Amino acid sequence: MIKKRAFPEKEKVFRPGDEQLPEPDGFRTVLRRLAGENKLAVVSAAVILLFVLAAVLAPVLTPYTEKDMDLRHRLSPPSPEHLFGTDEGGRDILTRMLFGSRVSLLIGVVPSLVSMLLGAALGIVSGYAGGKTDAVIMRLADLMLAFPSMLLAMVIMYTLGGGLMNIFLTLSLVNWAGVARVVRSETLRIIKTEYVEAARITGVAGIRIMLCHVLPNCIPTMLVLFTLNIPASILTESSLSFLGLGIQPPDASWGLMVNTGRQFLYSAPWLSLIPSAAIMAIVLAFNFLGDGLADVLDPYRKNQ
Amino acid sequence: MRNILEVRHLCAGFPTLKGEAVAVNDVSLTVPEGKIVGLVGESGCGKSMTARAVMGLIRYPGRVISGSILLDGRELVGMPKKEKRALRGSEMSMIFQEPMTSLNPVMKVGRQVEEAIRIHEKVTAEEAARRSVEILTKVGVPEAKKRCLCYPHQLSGGLRQRVMIAMAMILGPRLLIADEPTTALDVTVEAQILQLMRTLSSGGTGILLISHDLGVIAQLCDHVYVMYAGRIVESADVNELFDRPLHPYTRGLLNSVRSLRGGGDVLDTIPGAVPNLTRMPAGCGFSPRCPERCDECVMDVPGLVDMGNGHLVRCRPAEGEEAK
Amino acid sequence: MLNHVLRRFFQAFLVLILVALLIFLMLRVVPGNPIATMMGEHANAAAIERMTSELGLDQPIPVQFFRYILNALRGDFGTSYSMGKPVDRLIRTAFPNTLILALCAALFAWVVGIVCGTISAVRKNSVLDRLFMGFSLLGVSVPVFMAAMILQYVFAYHLHWLDISGVKSWKSFILPAVALGWNSAGSISRLVRSTLLEILQADYIDTARAKGRGQAGVLIFHAMRNAMLPVVTMMALQLSSLLSGAVITESIFAVNGIGRLAVQAIEGRDIPLLQGTALFSTALVILGNLTADLLYGVLDPRIRKEVVR
Repeated sequence: MIKKRAFPEKEKVFRPGDEQLPEPDGFRTVLRRLAGENKLAVVSAAVILLFVLAAVLAPVLTPYTEKDMDLRHRLSPPSPEHLFGTDEGGRDILTRMLFGSRVSLLIGVVPSLVSMLLGAALGIVSGYAGGKTDAVIMRLADLMLAFPSMLLAMVIMYTLGGGLMNIFLTLSLVNWAGVARVVRSETLRIIKTEYVEAARITGVAGIRIMLCHVLPNCIPTMLVLFTLNIPASILTESSLSFLGLGIQPPDASWGLMVNTGRQFLYSAPWLSLIPSAAIMAIVLAFNFLGDGLADVLDPYRKNQ
Repeated sequence: MRNILEVRHLCAGFPTLKGEAVAVNDVSLTVPEGKIVGLVGESGCGKSMTARAVMGLIRYPGRVISGSILLDGRELVGMPKKEKRALRGSEMSMIFQEPMTSLNPVMKVGRQVEEAIRIHEKVTAEEAARRSVEILTKVGVPEAKKRCLCYPHQLSGGLRQRVMIAMAMILGPRLLIADEPTTALDVTVEAQILQLMRTLSSGGTGILLISHDLGVIAQLCDHVYVMYAGRIVESADVNELFDRPLHPYTRGLLNSVRSLRGGGDVLDTIPGAVPNLTRMPAGCGFSPRCPERCDECVMDVPGLVDMGNGHLVRCRPAEGEEAK
Repeated sequence: MLNHVLRRFFQAFLVLILVALLIFLMLRVVPGNPIATMMGEHANAAAIERMTSELGLDQPIPVQFFRYILNALRGDFGTSYSMGKPVDRLIRTAFPNTLILALCAALFAWVVGIVCGTISAVRKNSVLDRLFMGFSLLGVSVPVFMAAMILQYVFAYHLHWLDISGVKSWKSFILPAVALGWNSAGSISRLVRSTLLEILQADYIDTARAKGRGQAGVLIFHAMRNAMLPVVTMMALQLSSLLSGAVITESIFAVNGIGRLAVQAIEGRDIPLLQGTALFSTALVILGNLTADLLYGVLDPRIRKEVVR
């Protein structure tokens, strides 16, 4: 539900130096604009889609399995049979990468989604309620932000052990505070506007104001944060797995593959370089998309 | 009397998606020594662009397209950047509209005032500081020495505008451009600032005062140019203009002010709005809103015609009326 | 002003205590007896019990925590299970390495970030701008371990210019520092660029130019100082990610620092050491944030509360 401001329905005139009043954009306008002016974001979206397809279709795309070893073909360099070569257990690297992309994408999306929802809920409540509630939530956020994320993740992973679910939990815990802070300041801005004031005066309940006025206006920000948290999560997971604290073998994750490949960096560099490149590509794609979205969704951006 | 500033047939604009928008179109004006010249018009009519063109401060991607700007006889259009920079702040300076945002928030006021001295002259720090206190006192900043150590946010709006004026005046420029210097201020402060400008001009500085406020213009100026949609539409001495406004636009402006000051029950306004720069009417820019429009008006742009007393107007019906 | 500083200090201290509590609690919920894990499968029950009570682990958790905090305030973080040495001594020997590494990385990031960001902003849309911004995106997107491995492969293994790993001289810090600072350099240069672009549109920039300042003067005397405000905040936030990254870089380049110590603590299931390193790193971050906060007050006069009449 998007609020339209009351404009006099006269012919709009543009004069140099005039600030054009920001109008909230519909979903289609956003998409069209994204496609129109930010080619890079569109390419990135396509790359992401490609990775998603590869992840979904992994078993169909490859004749090999991700876990079965073939000790006769250990560490073979890239060849027509094994496009990206094989690892120290003779497993096809392409296959492991395809299955690994499932892990990476899930790890990107799930914790980002959780931390976005959690962070937005706490941020809106904190900004709207103010007072003690605000102080408690924000000190909690300060607390989470004070940890170097890697060390916090290490401590949590140490306590809970490796595995996908625990990584989800860890990354959600690491990321919510940042979202909460941004959404809170956004909320503070929104509740100062006239229409929220008007709603308050007419006696609309707090929860309704938060859901109908504040939340819809926070969605662009949330969307951008979500998109930008995905690559951050992927990077943290790959770093954790790189240290042996994340996904446990024989499951495949790009970070883990880089880690196991590291021992063979000089004899078989493709072992770690190819998964590294994949991590970089997906992170880059999400960053581009996030930047593009941020540009397009900003209602106050300069019309030039 | 010498002319400090002579602008001849200045055109300036900026590129848009629909081609170049000409914001300043064939503008000519002069500012004599020791006089205050007003430039009036609605926002967006090209006043500020004209001022910025003189200072050489047009923001990218805008540019001067053609014409000439003479400062004390020296051509500014096409002058090498470095030479022009040497003139800015020393020979000509400018006061901006917003005293709130036109001062650097993280720099002490004293340093900002003395900055121009430091750029243009080789003097000791003490000398620069002494002169900045002197000029601040002169423009009416109380306890100037103490204020020098303040940051802009610690001063009131009126004080900040005085600081702006001090900054512009510290090297005794020949030309001062004031772009709506009092728009952001209270009425009482406005009167003080205007008085200050009068004192300055009596010291020989030529002042180009840009404003949309006819009250300010009437109080202060010797000569007035009225600008509409990028062109000068009327030019006359201040008394002549207020006694005998010839252009329908000027008359509209005056009427709306007079009705505001208690002339009648109905507020007189000019219907319509300033035309889009990229979609200018073929004829007179004012014709879509003009009550006295005739067929010729929409055909082509009328020229500036002298109606006696040095009163120039760019309007066919006005010419015809006077002839009768 | 002094009041503000004191209050900030108190807040920081409070966060630190809470952090200590959080880490403490998290590590207490580890399933299984840590002493049993440490002593191996063949230790008898009596020995495990003796050891447990010796280390005070049979006490209720609040008692354990208060004892821990009191000891920590005196600089005693307990004894490492796996290395048999006091944790504070281990941290003290490791800290200089991490400090040098982090400082070099930060220096690299700041210099590269500010220089590239400024050039990009001033020459907006030029070839250099595009080049720098492309690099900065790479900087933000390349995982630390990848940067580290590539640097190691190219400059140490292939070209033999620098050591592959270990700390032998100041040169040993070059590769890890660049690998570690790479990320921050990217984000700082992007921030500097966007902030400067915004500031160059400000009214006071016009004022400065109207006084006769040239491009360089405007940039140095007016734009940069204002642009530094968000950059300082960013740098403080970067400290946290630098310490996170140090875990990886130190492991790859075998630098004996805090991060490597933390990894070793996890490998040895060494709770006191993990607790100590996590607490110490967090304390560093809190200190960094505090410094940035206070520095912000110095840089931005509007924050200072003093009133001049």
